[in-house]
Amino acid sequence: MSELSVSHLLGIKYINEKDIQLIFETADHFKEVIQRPIKKVPSLRDITIANLFFENSTRTRLSFELAEKRLSADVVNFSASSSSVKKGETLIDTVNNILAMKVDMVVMRHPNPGAGVFLSKHINAAIVNAGDGTHEHPTQALLDSYSIRERLGDVAGKKVVIVGDILHSRVALSNIYALKLQGAEVMVCGPKTLIPKYIHELGVKVSHNLREALNWCDVANMLRVQNERMDISYFPSTREYAQQYGVTKDILERLDKEIVIMHPGPINRGVEITTEVADSNQAIILDQVENGVAVRMAVIYLLASKIK
Amino acid sequence: MSQRVLLTSKEVHIILHRLACQLIENHGDFENTVLIGLQPRGIFVAQRLEKILKEDYGVDGLKLGLLDITFFRDDFRRNPNPLEANKTTIDFIVEDKNVVFIDDVLYTGRSIRAALTAIQSFGRPANVELLTLIDRRFSRHLPIQPNYRGRQVDVINGERVVVCWKENEEEDVVYLINQ
Repeated sequence: MSELSVSHLLGIKYINEKDIQLIFETADHFKEVIQRPIKKVPSLRDITIANLFFENSTRTRLSFELAEKRLSADVVNFSASSSSVKKGETLIDTVNNILAMKVDMVVMRHPNPGAGVFLSKHINAAIVNAGDGTHEHPTQALLDSYSIRERLGDVAGKKVVIVGDILHSRVALSNIYALKLQGAEVMVCGPKTLIPKYIHELGVKVSHNLREALNWCDVANMLRVQNERMDISYFPSTREYAQQYGVTKDILERLDKEIVIMHPGPINRGVEITTEVADSNQAIILDQVENGVAVRMAVIYLLASKIK
Repeated sequence: MSQRVLLTSKEVHIILHRLACQLIENHGDFENTVLIGLQPRGIFVAQRLEKILKEDYGVDGLKLGLLDITFFRDDFRRNPNPLEANKTTIDFIVEDKNVVFIDDVLYTGRSIRAALTAIQSFGRPANVELLTLIDRRFSRHLPIQPNYRGRQVDVINGERVVVCWKENEEEDVVYLINQ
């Protein structure tokens, strides 16, 4: 009998390899559930979950909401744009007001790194971090690893390159932690301005040459350039970025092996990857989205089982 | 802890054949009937019955599914041990079919209640029957009774019925264990 070692999912940094395997095994069962004619189980019918999105999100929020509803939880949604956060309320006050209405779990996205950790110390509810600034996005990393496991059989021993805006990416950091925990080799690739200076201390290789990185890897995870987080210019132009770090069909055909292409979305077609690549059999982008619901169901189910 | 044998290998063999015959009596060629083994322990009874029906009684085209009820149980967050799920493999829909649930031991009836809810994810069965190898009398929490029973036993609450199969354990045998 196994259970998670944590009561909150604040980041991959706080969990261990056994937790990841438990989440994946549970997600396997939920993946079967969501293929059924009736894609719903009644496990969480006495649990209420608040989705607090202090930052815009479409797919993560939809994915969480579907996961919660397929577990039969009651769901309340909250977005910062239509709330009293704009009137000056603090984070703890906002969340405590919601918890006063008897909410058992909080799924939170927040622009400030560490918001989830901070909240977990001050409130009495299970917290799932759905992205905190440039810090972590644990469920995305879990579903990425789950998708690699599904396509290649295992994550251990695989070579994964994360390409693009590593500096502003919470997906990159969570992926590095998750992949390293599972025994994969990780490389980051991008323009020097978008690679953090001390990233090698996390045990990853660094490359600034896309072709070299693609030749090395089994899987390439292509990140979006996050213009909204850039207050200065990190590269001369989008066109130049696309030429240096965009994956095209031509580049893939020149490699001596077939690699798997991933993207956490939303895709800037023609920038990180071309339309041909995004729609090819090598891309597992839509599998990632599908797996996202199963993995989030597993995370919520396992955390909910610890609420007494 | 003491244990005594409730059913020997020979008795299990005879009972399984009797249950197979009773199923044939009620379901004929199984054209409109599906067998559903309940995870984790009911699948061994179900697989054994499937083998007997096919090999000894020549039933062709028998459909057997394995149903996991973990996510439909009513003791989520109430059970001190975390619930562990098993695989569900039902590659057909049960709409308008006669469904026969197969389990090893019927005790409180709560697993069967969960199974009744779980099976609805695969359609609306015409009717549902229950086959169980061991029926523990006087221990039900819910008004659920088997249609086919291997052996009915009176067991007090501190005792446990354990069904062993030669696929996993050394021989087919049913024990009553006093803890």
